Amino acid sequence: MTTTIDRPRTGAAGSRSSGARTTHRRVLAAEALKLRSTRSIRWLLVASVLSILAAALSSALTATLAEAPPPEGAGAATDPLGAALSGVSFTQVLVGVLGILVVTSEYTTGLVRVTFTAVPKRLPVLEAKAVLTGAVVFVVMLAAELISFLGAQAIMSTEVSVSLGNPGVARAIGGSALYLAVTAVLAVAFGWLLRSAIGATGGLFGLLFVVPLIGVLLPAADPYLPTNAGSAIMQIGSSDGVLSPWAGMGVFVLYAAIALGAAAMVLTRRDA
Amino acid sequence: MIEIRNLTKVYGAIRAVDDLTVVVRPGTVTGFLGPNGAGKSTTMRSIVGLDRPSGGEVLVAGRRYADHPAPMHEVGALLDAKATHPGRSARTHLRALAMTNGIGRGRVDEVIDMVGLSGVADRRVGGFSLGMAQRLGIAAALLGDPAVVLLDEPVNGLDPDGIRWIRGLLRGLAAEGRTVFVSSHLMSEMALTADHLVIVGRGRLLADVSMEDMTASASGQVRVRSPRTAELAQLLSGDGVAITRPEPDVLSITGRTSTDIAETALAARILLTELTPVHASLEDAYLALTAHDVQYQAISHDRTDPGRAAA
Repeated sequence: MTTTIDRPRTGAAGSRSSGARTTHRRVLAAEALKLRSTRSIRWLLVASVLSILAAALSSALTATLAEAPPPEGAGAATDPLGAALSGVSFTQVLVGVLGILVVTSEYTTGLVRVTFTAVPKRLPVLEAKAVLTGAVVFVVMLAAELISFLGAQAIMSTEVSVSLGNPGVARAIGGSALYLAVTAVLAVAFGWLLRSAIGATGGLFGLLFVVPLIGVLLPAADPYLPTNAGSAIMQIGSSDGVLSPWAGMGVFVLYAAIALGAAAMVLTRRDA
Repeated sequence: MIEIRNLTKVYGAIRAVDDLTVVVRPGTVTGFLGPNGAGKSTTMRSIVGLDRPSGGEVLVAGRRYADHPAPMHEVGALLDAKATHPGRSARTHLRALAMTNGIGRGRVDEVIDMVGLSGVADRRVGGFSLGMAQRLGIAAALLGDPAVVLLDEPVNGLDPDGIRWIRGLLRGLAAEGRTVFVSSHLMSEMALTADHLVIVGRGRLLADVSMEDMTASASGQVRVRSPRTAELAQLLSGDGVAITRPEPDVLSITGRTSTDIAETALAARILLTELTPVHASLEDAYLALTAHDVQYQAISHDRTDPGRAAA
Protein backbone atom coordinates (compact mmCIF):
# COMPACT_ATOMS: atom_id res chain seq x y z
CA MET A 1 0.00 0.00 0.00
CA THR A 2 1.61 3.18 -1.17
CA THR A 3 -0.91 5.56 0.17
CA THR A 4 -0.70 8.14 2.84
CA ILE A 5 -2.34 11.47 2.70
CA ASP A 6 0.27 13.67 4.18
CA ARG A 7 -1.90 16.63 5.03
CA PRO A 8 -3.67 15.82 8.24
CA ARG A 9 -7.12 17.31 8.40
CA THR A 10 -8.53 19.04 11.40
CA GLY A 11 -12.15 18.02 11.15
CA ALA A 12 -14.47 17.68 8.23
CA ALA A 13 -13.93 21.08 6.70
CA GLY A 14 -10.23 20.94 7.32
CA SER A 15 -7.74 23.75 7.31
CA ARG A 16 -6.65 25.14 4.00
CA SER A 17 -4.60 27.92 2.60
CA SER A 18 -6.60 31.05 2.01
CA GLY A 19 -5.16 31.27 -1.52
CA ALA A 20 -7.12 28.26 -2.70
CA ARG A 21 -10.07 29.71 -4.53
CA THR A 22 -11.52 29.62 -8.00
CA THR A 23 -11.03 32.92 -9.79
CA HIS A 24 -11.58 34.01 -13.37
CA ARG A 25 -7.86 34.55 -13.82
CA ARG A 26 -7.08 31.02 -12.66
CA VAL A 27 -9.68 29.48 -14.94
CA LEU A 28 -8.21 31.51 -17.79
CA ALA A 29 -4.71 30.19 -17.02
CA ALA A 30 -6.02 26.63 -16.88
CA GLU A 31 -7.82 26.99 -20.19
CA ALA A 32 -4.68 28.47 -21.73
CA LEU A 33 -2.76 25.37 -20.68
CA LYS A 34 -5.47 23.15 -22.19
CA LEU A 35 -5.39 25.13 -25.43
CA ARG A 36 -1.61 24.84 -25.68
CA SER A 37 -1.70 21.12 -25.04
CA THR A 38 -4.31 20.26 -27.67
CA ARG A 39 -2.72 19.07 -30.90
CA SER A 40 -5.73 19.55 -33.15
CA ILE A 41 -5.88 23.21 -32.15
CA ARG A 42 -2.19 23.73 -32.85
CA TRP A 43 -2.52 22.15 -36.28
CA LEU A 44 -5.55 24.21 -37.15
CA LEU A 45 -3.66 27.36 -36.23
CA VAL A 46 -0.74 26.31 -38.42
CA ALA A 47 -3.13 25.48 -41.26
CA SER A 48 -4.82 28.89 -40.90
CA VAL A 49 -1.49 30.70 -41.15
CA LEU A 50 -0.46 28.62 -44.18
CA SER A 51 -3.79 29.26 -45.87
CA ILE A 52 -3.40 33.05 -45.52
CA LEU A 53 0.21 32.95 -46.71
CA ALA A 54 -0.39 30.57 -49.60
CA ALA A 55 -3.38 32.51 -50.91
CA ALA A 56 -1.43 35.79 -50.72
CA LEU A 57 1.59 34.31 -52.45
CA SER A 58 -0.41 32.77 -55.25
CA SER A 59 -2.45 35.96 -55.79
CA ALA A 60 0.67 38.12 -55.85
CA LEU A 61 2.49 35.83 -58.25
CA THR A 62 -0.52 35.47 -60.53
CA ALA A 63 -0.96 39.24 -60.72
CA THR A 64 2.75 39.84 -61.36
CA LEU A 65 3.32 37.10 -63.88
CA ALA A 66 0.12 37.71 -65.86
CA GLU A 67 0.86 39.30 -69.21
CA ALA A 68 -2.10 41.62 -69.04
CA PRO A 69 -3.60 42.92 -65.80
CA PRO A 70 -6.76 40.94 -64.93
CA PRO A 71 -9.99 42.70 -65.77
CA GLU A 72 -11.47 44.80 -63.00
CA GLY A 73 -13.96 42.95 -60.82
CA ALA A 74 -12.84 39.47 -61.89
CA GLY A 75 -12.13 38.64 -58.30
CA ALA A 76 -8.36 38.41 -58.72
CA ALA A 77 -6.18 40.59 -56.54
CA THR A 78 -4.61 43.52 -58.27
CA ASP A 79 -2.75 45.00 -55.30
CA PRO A 80 -0.88 43.72 -52.20
CA LEU A 81 -3.85 44.36 -49.90
CA GLY A 82 -6.13 42.27 -52.07
CA ALA A 83 -3.52 39.55 -52.16
CA ALA A 84 -3.09 39.58 -48.37
CA LEU A 85 -6.84 39.34 -47.87
CA SER A 86 -7.46 36.72 -50.54
CA GLY A 87 -7.15 33.84 -48.07
CA VAL A 88 -9.57 35.21 -45.48
CA SER A 89 -12.75 33.47 -46.57
CA PHE A 90 -11.18 30.00 -46.66
CA THR A 91 -9.31 30.64 -43.41
CA GLN A 92 -12.61 31.58 -41.86
CA VAL A 93 -13.64 27.94 -42.19
CA LEU A 94 -10.46 26.79 -40.44
CA VAL A 95 -10.72 29.16 -37.48
CA GLY A 96 -14.42 28.31 -37.27
CA VAL A 97 -13.59 24.63 -36.87
CA LEU A 98 -10.91 25.59 -34.35
CA GLY A 99 -13.37 27.53 -32.21
CA ILE A 100 -15.85 24.68 -32.34
CA LEU A 101 -13.25 22.07 -31.34
CA VAL A 102 -12.09 24.13 -28.37
CA VAL A 103 -15.49 23.35 -26.86
CA THR A 104 -16.77 20.14 -28.43
CA SER A 105 -13.56 18.17 -27.77
CA GLU A 106 -14.51 18.41 -24.09
CA TYR A 107 -17.92 16.97 -24.81
CA THR A 108 -16.75 14.05 -26.97
CA THR A 109 -14.31 12.94 -24.27
CA GLY A 110 -16.62 13.69 -21.34
CA LEU A 111 -13.90 15.99 -19.96
CA VAL A 112 -16.45 18.77 -19.65
CA ARG A 113 -17.88 17.03 -16.57
CA VAL A 114 -14.49 17.09 -14.92
CA THR A 115 -14.07 20.73 -15.92
CA PHE A 116 -17.46 21.68 -14.49
CA THR A 117 -16.80 19.73 -11.30
CA ALA A 118 -13.71 21.89 -10.79
CA VAL A 119 -15.59 25.07 -11.82
CA PRO A 120 -19.24 24.41 -10.99
CA LYS A 121 -20.30 27.96 -11.80
CA ARG A 122 -19.48 27.10 -15.43
CA LEU A 123 -19.57 30.65 -16.81
CA PRO A 124 -15.90 31.36 -16.06
CA VAL A 125 -15.07 28.44 -18.37
CA LEU A 126 -17.25 29.79 -21.17
CA GLU A 127 -15.70 33.20 -20.72
CA ALA A 128 -12.13 31.90 -20.65
CA LYS A 129 -12.54 29.78 -23.77
CA ALA A 130 -14.12 32.67 -25.69
CA VAL A 131 -11.50 35.23 -24.64
CA LEU A 132 -8.55 32.92 -25.27
CA THR A 133 -9.74 31.64 -28.60
CA GLY A 134 -10.48 35.15 -29.81
CA ALA A 135 -7.15 36.53 -28.58
CA VAL A 136 -5.02 33.69 -29.95
CA VAL A 137 -6.72 33.78 -33.35
CA PHE A 138 -6.42 37.57 -33.49
CA VAL A 139 -2.72 37.68 -32.69
CA VAL A 140 -1.74 34.80 -34.96
CA MET A 141 -3.88 36.00 -37.87
CA LEU A 142 -2.62 39.57 -37.49
CA ALA A 143 0.94 38.30 -37.82
CA ALA A 144 0.01 36.15 -40.83
CA GLU A 145 -1.77 39.05 -42.54
CA LEU A 146 1.11 41.44 -41.95
CA ILE A 147 3.63 38.99 -43.36
CA SER A 148 1.33 38.33 -46.32
CA PHE A 149 0.90 42.00 -47.02
CA LEU A 150 4.61 42.80 -46.79
CA GLY A 151 5.45 39.76 -48.90
CA ALA A 152 2.88 40.65 -51.54
CA GLN A 153 4.15 44.22 -51.50
CA ALA A 154 7.67 43.03 -52.24
CA ILE A 155 6.51 40.78 -55.07
CA MET A 156 4.15 43.31 -56.64
CA SER A 157 6.22 46.45 -56.08
CA THR A 158 6.83 46.95 -59.77
CA GLU A 159 3.11 46.98 -60.58
CA VAL A 160 1.35 48.93 -57.89
CA SER A 161 2.55 50.56 -54.75
CA VAL A 162 0.32 50.31 -51.71
CA SER A 163 1.70 50.74 -48.22
CA LEU A 164 0.39 50.35 -44.68
CA GLY A 165 0.35 54.17 -44.55
CA ASN A 166 -2.29 54.43 -47.24
CA PRO A 167 -5.73 55.32 -45.93
CA GLY A 168 -7.66 52.28 -44.72
CA VAL A 169 -4.91 49.72 -45.40
CA ALA A 170 -3.81 49.22 -41.80
CA ARG A 171 -7.46 49.08 -40.76
CA ALA A 172 -8.23 46.47 -43.39
CA ILE A 173 -5.25 44.30 -42.38
CA GLY A 174 -6.00 44.56 -38.66
CA GLY A 175 -9.70 44.22 -39.42
CA SER A 176 -9.21 40.93 -41.24
CA ALA A 177 -7.55 39.50 -38.14
CA LEU A 178 -10.40 40.86 -36.05
CA TYR A 179 -12.96 39.37 -38.44
CA LEU A 180 -11.36 35.93 -38.09
CA ALA A 181 -11.11 36.30 -34.31
CA VAL A 182 -14.78 37.18 -33.97
CA THR A 183 -15.63 34.24 -36.24
CA ALA A 184 -13.70 31.96 -33.86
CA VAL A 185 -15.59 33.37 -30.87
CA LEU A 186 -18.88 32.84 -32.69
CA ALA A 187 -17.73 29.26 -33.28
CA VAL A 188 -17.01 28.81 -29.55
CA ALA A 189 -20.57 29.91 -28.81
CA PHE A 190 -21.95 27.41 -31.34
CA GLY A 191 -19.80 24.73 -29.72
CA TRP A 192 -21.44 25.37 -26.33
CA LEU A 193 -24.90 25.61 -27.83
CA LEU A 194 -24.79 22.41 -29.87
CA ARG A 195 -22.12 20.38 -28.03
CA SER A 196 -21.26 18.20 -31.01
CA ALA A 197 -18.68 19.14 -33.61
CA ILE A 198 -20.98 18.16 -36.45
CA GLY A 199 -23.97 20.06 -35.14
CA ALA A 200 -21.94 23.15 -34.36
CA THR A 201 -20.24 23.09 -37.76
CA GLY A 202 -23.62 22.91 -39.46
CA GLY A 203 -24.98 25.72 -37.31
CA LEU A 204 -22.01 28.04 -37.72
CA PHE A 205 -21.53 27.62 -41.44
CA GLY A 206 -25.25 27.76 -41.96
CA LEU A 207 -25.21 31.18 -40.33
CA LEU A 208 -22.11 32.34 -42.16
CA PHE A 209 -22.64 30.96 -45.63
CA VAL A 210 -26.29 29.94 -46.05
CA VAL A 211 -28.08 32.79 -44.29
CA PRO A 212 -26.47 35.33 -46.71
CA LEU A 213 -28.72 33.84 -49.40
CA ILE A 214 -31.51 35.70 -47.63
CA GLY A 215 -29.88 38.84 -48.94
CA VAL A 216 -30.88 37.80 -52.42
CA LEU A 217 -34.53 37.81 -51.42
CA LEU A 218 -34.36 40.73 -49.05
CA PRO A 219 -31.82 43.29 -50.28
CA ALA A 220 -32.49 45.64 -47.36
CA ALA A 221 -31.19 43.03 -44.90
CA ASP A 222 -28.12 42.23 -46.96
CA PRO A 223 -25.59 44.58 -45.28
CA TYR A 224 -26.60 43.32 -41.83
CA LEU A 225 -26.04 39.64 -42.53
CA PRO A 226 -23.07 38.34 -40.54
CA THR A 227 -20.41 37.85 -43.21
CA ASN A 228 -21.37 41.01 -45.10
CA ALA A 229 -21.35 43.12 -41.97
CA GLY A 230 -18.11 41.62 -40.69
CA SER A 231 -16.18 41.92 -43.93
CA ALA A 232 -17.04 45.63 -44.31
CA ILE A 233 -13.94 46.32 -42.25
CA MET A 234 -11.73 44.94 -45.03
CA GLN A 235 -13.28 47.29 -47.62
CA ILE A 236 -11.27 50.22 -48.96
CA GLY A 237 -13.31 53.22 -50.04
CA SER A 238 -17.06 53.33 -49.81
CA SER A 239 -19.30 51.03 -51.74
CA ASP A 240 -23.05 50.88 -52.05
CA GLY A 241 -25.01 48.43 -49.96
CA VAL A 242 -22.21 47.93 -47.44
CA LEU A 243 -22.09 49.23 -43.86
CA SER A 244 -19.20 51.47 -42.87
CA PRO A 245 -16.20 49.46 -41.62
CA TRP A 246 -16.68 49.88 -37.89
CA ALA A 247 -20.48 49.79 -37.99
CA GLY A 248 -20.22 46.52 -39.88
CA MET A 249 -17.78 45.11 -37.35
CA GLY A 250 -20.11 46.26 -34.57
CA VAL A 251 -22.95 44.27 -36.10
CA PHE A 252 -20.73 41.20 -36.51
CA VAL A 253 -19.58 41.45 -32.88
CA LEU A 254 -23.22 41.74 -31.88
CA TYR A 255 -23.93 38.39 -33.54
CA ALA A 256 -21.12 36.82 -31.54
CA ALA A 257 -22.32 38.48 -28.34
CA ILE A 258 -25.87 37.22 -28.82
CA ALA A 259 -24.64 33.70 -29.54
CA LEU A 260 -22.44 33.76 -26.42
CA GLY A 261 -25.30 35.08 -24.34
CA ALA A 262 -27.55 32.28 -25.54
CA ALA A 263 -24.77 29.77 -24.82
CA ALA A 264 -24.33 31.15 -21.30
CA MET A 265 -28.05 30.88 -20.64
CA VAL A 266 -28.28 27.31 -21.86
CA LEU A 267 -25.07 26.30 -20.10
CA THR A 268 -26.18 27.35 -16.64
CA ARG A 269 -29.54 25.69 -16.99
CA ARG A 270 -28.93 22.27 -18.43
CA ASP A 271 -27.25 19.14 -17.10
CA ALA A 272 -23.59 18.83 -17.99
CA MET B 1 -20.89 15.60 5.20
CA ILE B 2 -23.32 15.23 2.32
CA GLU B 3 -27.00 15.91 2.90
CA ILE B 4 -29.30 14.63 0.20
CA ARG B 5 -32.81 15.92 0.77
CA ASN B 6 -35.79 14.60 -1.19
CA LEU B 7 -33.64 14.44 -4.30
CA THR B 8 -35.63 13.68 -7.43
CA LYS B 9 -34.29 13.59 -10.95
CA VAL B 10 -36.53 12.93 -13.92
CA TYR B 11 -35.25 12.31 -17.44
CA GLY B 12 -38.24 12.42 -19.74
CA ALA B 13 -40.45 9.58 -18.54
CA ILE B 14 -37.80 7.99 -16.34
CA ARG B 15 -37.49 8.78 -12.64
CA ALA B 16 -33.79 8.11 -12.21
CA VAL B 17 -33.86 9.27 -8.59
CA ASP B 18 -37.10 9.29 -6.66
CA ASP B 19 -37.36 11.31 -3.45
CA LEU B 20 -34.04 10.16 -2.02
CA THR B 21 -33.09 11.41 1.43
CA VAL B 22 -29.76 10.33 2.88
CA VAL B 23 -27.06 11.85 5.03
CA VAL B 24 -23.52 10.64 4.33
CA ARG B 25 -21.33 11.17 7.36
CA PRO B 26 -17.64 11.94 7.76
CA GLY B 27 -15.14 9.49 9.18
CA THR B 28 -16.62 6.41 7.57
CA VAL B 29 -16.60 4.73 4.20
CA THR B 30 -20.18 4.72 2.96
CA GLY B 31 -20.90 2.23 0.22
CA PHE B 32 -23.52 3.29 -2.30
CA LEU B 33 -25.05 0.13 -3.69
CA GLY B 34 -27.69 -0.73 -6.18
CA PRO B 35 -28.22 -2.57 -9.44
CA ASN B 36 -27.26 -0.93 -12.71
CA GLY B 37 -29.70 1.86 -13.49
CA ALA B 38 -30.69 2.35 -9.84
CA GLY B 39 -29.76 6.03 -9.89
CA LYS B 40 -26.32 5.90 -8.24
CA SER B 41 -24.49 7.91 -10.90
CA THR B 42 -27.30 10.43 -11.21
CA THR B 43 -27.18 10.98 -7.45
CA MET B 44 -23.43 11.45 -7.55
CA ARG B 45 -23.65 13.89 -10.45
CA SER B 46 -26.28 15.84 -8.53
CA ILE B 47 -23.99 16.13 -5.51
CA VAL B 48 -21.41 18.07 -7.54
CA GLY B 49 -24.03 20.05 -9.45
CA LEU B 50 -23.53 18.42 -12.85
CA ASP B 51 -27.18 17.40 -12.95
CA ARG B 52 -29.83 19.86 -11.86
CA PRO B 53 -32.29 18.17 -9.50
CA SER B 54 -35.92 18.05 -10.65
CA GLY B 55 -36.80 18.29 -6.98
CA GLY B 56 -35.08 18.46 -3.62
CA GLU B 57 -31.50 19.51 -3.02
CA VAL B 58 -28.06 18.32 -2.08
CA LEU B 59 -25.83 20.15 0.38
CA VAL B 60 -22.12 19.60 0.93
CA ALA B 61 -20.83 20.95 4.23
CA GLY B 62 -24.07 22.89 4.55
CA ARG B 63 -23.95 24.60 1.16
CA ARG B 64 -24.72 23.84 -2.44
CA TYR B 65 -21.56 22.55 -4.09
CA ALA B 66 -21.43 25.39 -6.64
CA ASP B 67 -21.56 27.98 -3.85
CA HIS B 68 -18.20 26.97 -2.36
CA PRO B 69 -15.37 29.33 -3.28
CA ALA B 70 -12.89 26.47 -3.76
CA PRO B 71 -15.06 23.52 -4.83
CA MET B 72 -12.22 21.03 -5.27
CA HIS B 73 -11.31 21.47 -1.60
CA GLU B 74 -14.81 20.46 -0.60
CA VAL B 75 -15.42 17.50 -2.88
CA GLY B 76 -13.03 15.37 -4.89
CA ALA B 77 -14.97 13.35 -7.40
CA LEU B 78 -14.19 10.53 -9.77
CA LEU B 79 -17.25 10.03 -11.91
CA ASP B 80 -15.83 8.72 -15.19
CA ALA B 81 -12.24 7.60 -15.51
CA LYS B 82 -12.21 8.02 -19.28
CA ALA B 83 -13.18 11.70 -19.13
CA THR B 84 -9.80 13.08 -20.15
CA HIS B 85 -8.39 14.47 -23.38
CA PRO B 86 -6.48 11.54 -24.93
CA GLY B 87 -3.78 13.81 -26.37
CA ARG B 88 -2.80 15.42 -23.09
CA SER B 89 -0.36 13.97 -20.59
CA ALA B 90 -1.56 12.93 -17.17
CA ARG B 91 0.46 15.69 -15.59
CA THR B 92 -0.92 18.40 -17.87
CA HIS B 93 -4.47 17.16 -17.27
CA LEU B 94 -3.97 17.41 -13.52
CA ARG B 95 -2.14 20.74 -13.79
CA ALA B 96 -4.99 22.34 -15.70
CA LEU B 97 -7.50 21.08 -13.15
CA ALA B 98 -5.36 22.21 -10.24
CA MET B 99 -4.92 25.70 -11.67
CA THR B 100 -8.66 26.40 -11.67
CA ASN B 101 -8.73 26.09 -7.88
CA GLY B 102 -5.37 27.67 -7.17
CA ILE B 103 -3.67 24.37 -6.35
CA GLY B 104 0.10 24.40 -6.85
CA ARG B 105 2.42 22.23 -8.94
CA GLY B 106 3.79 20.54 -5.83
CA ARG B 107 0.41 19.06 -5.00
CA VAL B 108 0.08 17.74 -8.57
CA ASP B 109 3.35 15.82 -8.21
CA GLU B 110 2.22 14.62 -4.80
CA VAL B 111 -1.02 13.06 -6.02
CA ILE B 112 0.76 11.52 -9.02
CA ASP B 113 3.09 9.76 -6.57
CA MET B 114 0.22 8.85 -4.32
CA VAL B 115 -1.63 6.92 -7.03
CA GLY B 116 1.54 5.36 -8.43
CA LEU B 117 1.59 7.06 -11.83
CA SER B 118 4.99 8.77 -11.52
CA GLY B 119 6.50 6.62 -14.26
CA VAL B 120 3.86 7.50 -16.85
CA ALA B 121 2.81 11.01 -15.80
CA ASP B 122 4.22 12.61 -18.93
CA ARG B 123 2.74 10.10 -21.34
CA ARG B 124 -0.40 10.82 -23.31
CA VAL B 125 -3.52 9.67 -21.49
CA GLY B 126 -4.87 8.11 -24.69
CA GLY B 127 -2.52 5.17 -24.20
CA PHE B 128 -3.60 4.47 -20.63
CA SER B 129 -5.32 1.23 -19.61
CA LEU B 130 -8.60 1.52 -17.75
CA GLY B 131 -6.76 0.76 -14.52
CA MET B 132 -4.31 3.60 -15.12
CA ALA B 133 -7.16 5.92 -16.07
CA GLN B 134 -8.88 5.05 -12.77
CA ARG B 135 -5.72 5.94 -10.89
CA LEU B 136 -5.51 9.23 -12.78
CA GLY B 137 -9.16 9.93 -11.93
CA ILE B 138 -8.43 9.23 -8.26
CA ALA B 139 -5.43 11.54 -8.41
CA ALA B 140 -7.71 14.27 -9.80
CA ALA B 141 -10.21 13.64 -7.01
CA LEU B 142 -7.51 13.99 -4.35
CA LEU B 143 -5.94 17.15 -5.82
CA GLY B 144 -7.85 19.57 -3.64
CA ASP B 145 -7.25 17.61 -0.41
CA PRO B 146 -11.05 17.41 -0.19
CA ALA B 147 -13.23 16.89 2.86
CA VAL B 148 -15.56 14.71 0.81
CA VAL B 149 -14.37 12.03 -1.59
CA LEU B 150 -16.87 10.79 -4.14
CA LEU B 151 -15.98 7.80 -6.29
CA ASP B 152 -18.26 6.17 -8.85
CA GLU B 153 -17.31 2.51 -9.40
CA PRO B 154 -13.61 3.08 -8.69
CA VAL B 155 -12.57 -0.58 -8.84
CA ASN B 156 -13.69 -0.98 -12.46
CA GLY B 157 -10.75 -2.10 -14.54
CA LEU B 158 -8.33 -2.37 -11.64
CA ASP B 159 -6.23 -5.49 -11.13
CA PRO B 160 -6.37 -7.32 -7.77
CA ASP B 161 -3.42 -5.29 -6.58
CA GLY B 162 -5.15 -2.06 -7.51
CA ILE B 163 -8.34 -3.16 -5.79
CA ARG B 164 -6.41 -3.85 -2.58
CA TRP B 165 -4.77 -0.45 -2.92
CA ILE B 166 -8.14 1.32 -3.28
CA ARG B 167 -9.47 -0.40 -0.18
CA GLY B 168 -6.54 0.84 1.85
CA LEU B 169 -6.82 4.30 0.34
CA LEU B 170 -10.52 4.64 1.15
CA ARG B 171 -10.09 3.38 4.70
CA GLY B 172 -7.19 5.78 5.17
CA LEU B 173 -9.20 8.73 3.87
CA ALA B 174 -12.08 7.92 6.20
CA ALA B 175 -9.71 7.51 9.15
CA GLU B 176 -8.53 11.06 8.52
CA GLY B 177 -12.07 12.25 9.12
CA ARG B 178 -13.16 12.65 5.52
CA THR B 179 -16.51 11.69 4.14
CA VAL B 180 -16.00 8.83 1.70
CA PHE B 181 -18.91 7.91 -0.57
CA VAL B 182 -18.22 5.08 -3.00
CA SER B 183 -20.64 3.52 -5.40
CA SER B 184 -20.51 -0.03 -6.65
CA HIS B 185 -22.87 -2.61 -8.00
CA LEU B 186 -20.76 -5.31 -6.36
CA MET B 187 -21.74 -6.15 -2.81
CA SER B 188 -18.68 -8.37 -2.40
CA GLU B 189 -16.41 -5.38 -2.92
CA MET B 190 -18.31 -3.18 -0.48
CA ALA B 191 -18.31 -5.93 2.14
CA LEU B 192 -14.55 -5.49 2.43
CA THR B 193 -14.40 -1.70 2.40
CA ALA B 194 -17.51 0.01 3.69
CA ASP B 195 -18.61 0.71 7.27
CA HIS B 196 -22.01 1.88 6.23
CA LEU B 197 -24.29 1.08 3.33
CA VAL B 198 -26.79 3.11 1.35
CA ILE B 199 -28.71 0.81 -0.95
CA VAL B 200 -30.94 2.08 -3.73
CA GLY B 201 -33.15 0.44 -6.31
CA ARG B 202 -35.00 2.18 -9.10
CA GLY B 203 -34.08 5.55 -7.67
CA ARG B 204 -35.49 4.86 -4.21
CA LEU B 205 -33.81 4.28 -0.91
CA LEU B 206 -33.94 0.60 0.06
CA ALA B 207 -31.64 0.63 3.06
CA ASP B 208 -29.43 3.01 5.00
CA VAL B 209 -27.71 0.71 7.48
CA SER B 210 -24.42 0.05 9.19
CA MET B 211 -22.48 -2.94 7.94
CA GLU B 212 -23.01 -4.77 11.26
CA ASP B 213 -26.78 -4.43 11.08
CA MET B 214 -26.75 -5.61 7.50
CA THR B 215 -24.69 -8.67 8.47
CA ALA B 216 -26.83 -9.46 11.48
CA SER B 217 -30.03 -9.33 9.52
CA ALA B 218 -28.50 -11.61 6.96
CA SER B 219 -27.64 -14.47 9.34
CA GLY B 220 -29.74 -16.96 11.30
CA GLN B 221 -29.85 -20.09 9.21
CA VAL B 222 -28.57 -23.48 10.41
CA ARG B 223 -27.75 -26.45 8.23
CA VAL B 224 -28.19 -29.94 9.71
CA ARG B 225 -27.20 -33.30 8.25
CA SER B 226 -28.71 -36.42 9.79
CA PRO B 227 -29.94 -39.88 8.70
CA ARG B 228 -33.32 -39.17 10.39
CA THR B 229 -34.23 -35.76 8.98
CA ALA B 230 -37.99 -36.33 8.83
CA GLU B 231 -38.20 -37.11 12.55
CA LEU B 232 -35.93 -34.23 13.45
CA ALA B 233 -37.94 -31.78 11.36
CA GLN B 234 -41.08 -32.78 13.23
CA LEU B 235 -39.45 -32.25 16.62
CA LEU B 236 -38.07 -28.84 15.69
CA SER B 237 -41.08 -27.36 13.95
CA GLY B 238 -43.01 -24.65 15.73
CA ASP B 239 -43.94 -20.98 15.58
CA GLY B 240 -41.43 -18.83 13.73
CA VAL B 241 -39.44 -21.82 12.58
CA ALA B 242 -38.93 -22.51 8.90
CA ILE B 243 -37.52 -25.82 7.78
CA THR B 244 -36.67 -26.93 4.27
CA ARG B 245 -35.10 -30.17 3.10
CA PRO B 246 -32.77 -29.37 0.19
CA GLU B 247 -31.44 -32.98 0.22
CA PRO B 248 -32.97 -36.11 1.77
CA ASP B 249 -30.48 -36.07 4.65
CA VAL B 250 -30.09 -32.30 4.99
CA LEU B 251 -32.32 -29.75 6.72
CA SER B 252 -32.05 -26.01 6.44
CA ILE B 253 -33.53 -24.40 9.54
CA THR B 254 -34.25 -20.82 10.45
CA GLY B 255 -35.69 -19.72 13.78
CA ARG B 256 -33.71 -22.18 15.94
CA THR B 257 -30.21 -21.77 17.26
CA SER B 258 -27.68 -24.53 16.72
CA THR B 259 -27.59 -25.19 20.48
CA ASP B 260 -31.35 -25.66 20.43
CA ILE B 261 -31.12 -28.11 17.58
CA ALA B 262 -28.27 -30.10 19.16
CA GLU B 263 -30.14 -30.46 22.48
CA THR B 264 -33.34 -31.56 20.76
CA ALA B 265 -31.47 -34.15 18.71
CA LEU B 266 -29.61 -35.47 21.77
CA ALA B 267 -32.81 -35.81 23.76
CA ALA B 268 -34.38 -37.84 20.95
CA ARG B 269 -31.14 -39.80 20.41
CA ILE B 270 -30.93 -38.67 16.78
CA LEU B 271 -27.47 -38.74 15.24
CA LEU B 272 -26.26 -35.47 13.67
CA THR B 273 -23.41 -35.74 11.22
CA GLU B 274 -23.27 -32.00 10.52
CA LEU B 275 -24.47 -28.88 12.32
CA THR B 276 -23.47 -25.62 10.67
CA PRO B 277 -24.70 -22.07 11.33
CA VAL B 278 -24.97 -20.53 7.87
CA HIS B 279 -24.17 -16.86 7.56
CA ALA B 280 -25.96 -15.91 4.43
CA SER B 281 -23.42 -13.80 2.61
CA LEU B 282 -23.88 -10.08 2.46
CA GLU B 283 -24.23 -10.55 -1.25
CA ASP B 284 -27.28 -12.81 -0.75
CA ALA B 285 -28.87 -10.26 1.54
CA TYR B 286 -28.24 -7.53 -0.98
CA LEU B 287 -29.66 -9.57 -3.83
CA ALA B 288 -32.75 -10.39 -1.79
CA LEU B 289 -33.20 -6.70 -1.02
CA THR B 290 -32.79 -5.49 -4.57
CA ALA B 291 -34.37 -8.40 -6.45
CA HIS B 292 -37.51 -6.41 -7.12
CA ASP B 293 -35.72 -3.27 -8.15
CA VAL B 294 -33.39 -4.53 -10.80
CA GLN B 295 -34.06 -2.59 -13.98
CA TYR B 296 -32.44 -4.97 -16.39
CA GLN B 297 -32.94 -8.61 -15.69
CA ALA B 298 -32.32 -11.65 -17.84
CA ILE B 299 -35.27 -13.60 -16.47
CA SER B 300 -38.45 -11.70 -15.78
CA HIS B 301 -39.72 -12.04 -12.24
CA ASP B 302 -43.13 -11.48 -10.81
CA ARG B 303 -43.29 -7.77 -10.09
CA THR B 304 -46.81 -7.53 -8.81
CA ASP B 305 -45.57 -6.67 -5.34
CA PRO B 306 -43.19 -3.76 -5.67
CA GLY B 307 -43.88 -2.61 -2.11
CA ARG B 308 -42.17 -5.62 -0.62
CA ALA B 309 -38.71 -4.50 -1.54
CA ALA B 310 -39.17 -1.12 0.06
CA ALA B 311 -39.17 -2.71 3.52
